[in-house]
Amino acid sequence: MILSTAVAIAEARMGKPGEKYYSGRSRAIMERAYIAFKSSTWMIVISGFVEPVLFLLSFGYGLKDLVGDITVAGQPVGYVAFIAPALLATSAMNGAIYDSTMNVYFKLKHDRLYHGMLATSLGPMDVALGEISWALLRGLSYSIGFMAIVAPLGLIPSMWGILAIPAAVLIAFGFASFGMAVTSYMKSFQQLEIVNVVLLPMFLFSGSFYPLDVFPEWLQTVIRIFPLAHAIDLVRGLTLGNISWALAGHAMYFVVMIVIGLFFTTRRLNALFMR
Amino acid sequence: MSESLIRARGLTKKFDDFTAVNGIDFDVLKGESFGLLGPNGAGKSTAMRMIGATSQRTSGELTILGKDPEQFGPQIRAHLGVVPQQDNLDTQLSVTENLYIYGRYFGLSRKFLKGKIEELLAFAQLEEKRSAKVESLSGGMKRRLTIARALVSEPEILMLDEPTTGLDPQARHILWDRLFRLKEDGVTLLITTHFMDEAEQLCDRLVVMDKGSIMAEGSPAQLIKDYSTKEVLEVRFGSERNAGMANDLGQLCERIEELPDRILMYTEDGEELLERVYKKGFHPKTSLVRRSSLEDVFLRLTGRTLVD
Ligand SMILES: Nc1ncnc2c1ncn2[C@@H]1O[C@H](COP(=O)(O)OP(=O)(O)OP(=O)(O)O)[C@@H](O)[C@H]1O
Ligand SMILES: [Mg+2]
Repeated sequence: MILSTAVAIAEARMGKPGEKYYSGRSRAIMERAYIAFKSSTWMIVISGFVEPVLFLLSFGYGLKDLVGDITVAGQPVGYVAFIAPALLATSAMNGAIYDSTMNVYFKLKHDRLYHGMLATSLGPMDVALGEISWALLRGLSYSIGFMAIVAPLGLIPSMWGILAIPAAVLIAFGFASFGMAVTSYMKSFQQLEIVNVVLLPMFLFSGSFYPLDVFPEWLQTVIRIFPLAHAIDLVRGLTLGNISWALAGHAMYFVVMIVIGLFFTTRRLNALFMR
Repeated sequence: MSESLIRARGLTKKFDDFTAVNGIDFDVLKGESFGLLGPNGAGKSTAMRMIGATSQRTSGELTILGKDPEQFGPQIRAHLGVVPQQDNLDTQLSVTENLYIYGRYFGLSRKFLKGKIEELLAFAQLEEKRSAKVESLSGGMKRRLTIARALVSEPEILMLDEPTTGLDPQARHILWDRLFRLKEDGVTLLITTHFMDEAEQLCDRLVVMDKGSIMAEGSPAQLIKDYSTKEVLEVRFGSERNAGMANDLGQLCERIEELPDRILMYTEDGEELLERVYKKGFHPKTSLVRRSSLEDVFLRLTGRTLVD
């Protein structure tokens, strides 16, 4: 049956779990983001994508002869193939973070956009999930673009590497979800700088350019509290074909991150706009 | 007796220890046009947001179409069209895109919206601005777009929080006419305003609110009858003399109100009263006889004017 009135559509969800917060229409939020995106500046899109490619070219090809092969799980791996998966994971992160922090912050503070959305039959979780999914899409498209560049260069030695794309979805989802949750608690634009303060060291120390075991044990433990090391290990394991249960552990890290982020974002939107 | 679409009993909203809405009771019946009239800070918008299921009440009962908005937020909001006091249009989108996406938020189909958008553009007289970005619209156009947007889901209840603020007189009258038509189509209207003429024109029934409480309830005519006289004589003696006159003038009529710039004298026949004022030897600088309005009701109830 085609439901044609707003009331019939909303009532079709009666009795479903979470009906107070979720109407199953986060796609409408993504559609809105897409319409707004069509007329936005493409420069921002391009720049986020170009960054990891530049790292790959400058560090990868600049250092490969100096560094030589790196041993991963007992196998020698060329330096460029070693850093390529790390940069893939990083581009998933960058894409997801951009929309879920800066963009969301602007909408939260300067527009009354969410007020408008939440006066309809949408719930706060629709808004949270829609915005997060949109941010995820950008992360995913960066990763696919990056993949399209590195795969022909022979930098994805294993067939398992194809799973790096779904892994990128998971990673981007995790970062977007957590990023939006953090952003929704930010009180000022300056506080948003915290995001950058965390991102840069995380990028530099999470084993992008050399294996983590160069660090003392305790520092490795600290680094593994943060998500990017898990993202890199996950993608690297796949592109190099080192399949183990550890990968499932890394993936779990992101599942937990998604759930926590979604929970707090929904809660916060509810507190901000439905009080 | 027609059915009660909105029912509030002891409805209360506190922000920390400040009480914005203080135990109000009212019923809005199907098909009627119901007004909340009150000065700044009376709690009108706060009450509207609770009814709109976007704000949780602190205590009391509230049902909309028989349901509790706290339990059935999305289902209740599907019945409502909301025009907030402050426009919250999507500034990144164009006029048509705003109407379209709002319909999508309700889950309406693209096909349905295609026709609906044309209808609403005509309703809001924004056909020529269809592709314009919201930011480039004038204040009045934005208001009209917000109202059109609220109608995209064909709501049974249309809630308008100060709908005509910022509209020029012509646009106001056009909007009133549109609202009458919606009412004829069976849409229930819930309106807040601090314009007396708007309340008298639009509302079948209204409550007068002040400081979070309801001071009186009834039709505009009934309220005037209950709380005021038929006519009012306004006299001015110049600011320093007004005060001294009040006592003497008070003896001539049912009731008087002293305002900083004028004295209001309540009576059934203003011309006759004015004659008596002159006979007593008072010579006001200016005088005016008019019919009582809701403003007088408000003054009587609160001792203050509605628009400061
Ligand atoms: N989110 C909030 N937090 C704290 N206080 C609030 C909040 N919203 C409203 N108030 C207070 O509640 C009171 C009623 O506000 P409300 O906006 O409901 O008034 P109103 O009748 O709509 O006034 P106006 O005619 O100016 O729109 C005001 O004193 C206001 O400061
Ligand atoms: Mg208000």
